[in-house]
Amino acid sequence: MSSIGTGYDLSASQFSPDGRVFQVEYAQKAVENSGTIIGLRGKDGVVLAVEKLVTSKLYEPGANTRIFNIDRHVGMAVSGLISDARQIVETAKIEASNYRAQYGTAIPLKYLNDRVSMYMHAYTLYSAVRPFGCSVIAGSYEVDTPVMYMIDPSGVSYGYYGCAVGKAKQAAKTEIEKLKLQDLSCRELVKEAARIIYVVHDELKDKQFELELSWVGAVTDGLHERVPADVYQEAEKFAKAAMADDSDSDTEDM
Amino acid sequence: MGPNITTFVMFGFVQTSIMAVEFDKGVVVGADSRTTTGAYIANRVTDKLTKVTDKIYCCRSGSAADTQAIADIVSYHLDFYENETGEPPRVEMAANVFRELCYNYRDSLTAGIIVAGWDKRKGGQVYTVPIGGMCVRQSISIGGSGSTYVYGFVDANYKVGMKKEECLSFVTNTLALAMSRDGSSGGVVRLGCITEAGVDRHVITGGDLPRFYEG
Repeated sequence: MSSIGTGYDLSASQFSPDGRVFQVEYAQKAVENSGTIIGLRGKDGVVLAVEKLVTSKLYEPGANTRIFNIDRHVGMAVSGLISDARQIVETAKIEASNYRAQYGTAIPLKYLNDRVSMYMHAYTLYSAVRPFGCSVIAGSYEVDTPVMYMIDPSGVSYGYYGCAVGKAKQAAKTEIEKLKLQDLSCRELVKEAARIIYVVHDELKDKQFELELSWVGAVTDGLHERVPADVYQEAEKFAKAAMADDSDSDTEDM
Repeated sequence: MGPNITTFVMFGFVQTSIMAVEFDKGVVVGADSRTTTGAYIANRVTDKLTKVTDKIYCCRSGSAADTQAIADIVSYHLDFYENETGEPPRVEMAANVFRELCYNYRDSLTAGIIVAGWDKRKGGQVYTVPIGGMCVRQSISIGGSGSTYVYGFVDANYKVGMKKEECLSFVTNTLALAMSRDGSSGGVVRLGCITEAGVDRHVITGGDLPRFYEG
């Protein structure tokens, strides 16, 4: 890496001569080593899915989850350092709750995203702090409209129809691009999301993983929730079946 | 609160008749125009219908100084919100900002406010924020000292689903009745009609006010 040994990577408050901030790029590397998370925005809601890598068999199932409720109508999936991500989640929750206290109504995700990305960006400006080693995807459903944003460690954020972050983000994006997102309903998206997480999971490098699925949309009456057990099982079954079909066709080609 | 009452009488107390009514495409707001300091009419053509944003107005009653200051502060907050988000604030939000101020400073304020306006989400809306800092949506609201004389009239004559013109004349009649019975309300009737298109203001001067039994 060109950054090492040059001395320009020691602080977030110093540019390299070619105009980069290496501390921010290192933070992005932290995200690239983490399990894949995806967000899909369909016609009637947003689905979030996480490939939660389980590093030890001694953990309880459901430990260190990576999908959070920010407000009743906002969900957030996180990738990267979990402790950094939890602070972002906390900040987002406080913003959402302050907005409610001030205006008596639910915070628009557009506004929440502005606030949270400003917060993350502030940590790329000073020598005394380090940037957050995480990216987050936030989704919500407001007045019959699904909304989704992704924020990366630099504090940059965009609205998306579909996005992927983490280890296998390239493979996941390729899969997402094949979907006609605007035509798909939440129920269909949950299956696709599960399938994509299973497809991009690398069995050789990461043996164990837990699939997390949540949704917010017409189907949940605008509330962000983890998908119910039956929907989860159906999605997982669909994903595994798709995997099996996939490997069958691979062998036929050979 | 006791000793303060003299202070309010000294410095302008809007003993008022104000009201607001929702209709299908917006709201009608109305008020009398009298401001008193004790027995003296300090202003007989006051405008108690105060703009908060382009499509949100408030009807003020209570201390003139308090309500003007609150309206200014809320207006500042909502302008800031519009600048920050690029979206016009909703009536519900305006009412909540009024409520927050009126509740937090309830020991030092005398303010009874009706917040009314139009927004894309819920159309015409009326919120009442009485002394103490409550906030509740009503399809019709009356306020101020004059309102006590006309509750019966409003209950008897308010109909759900009135058209704009019906609302305007209903508000005019109610206020005229309140003004004729309440010594601290009077002057002209000021009306405002807020819809998606904006605000229409009218004044009904003394001679044109409807007259009822005055015995």
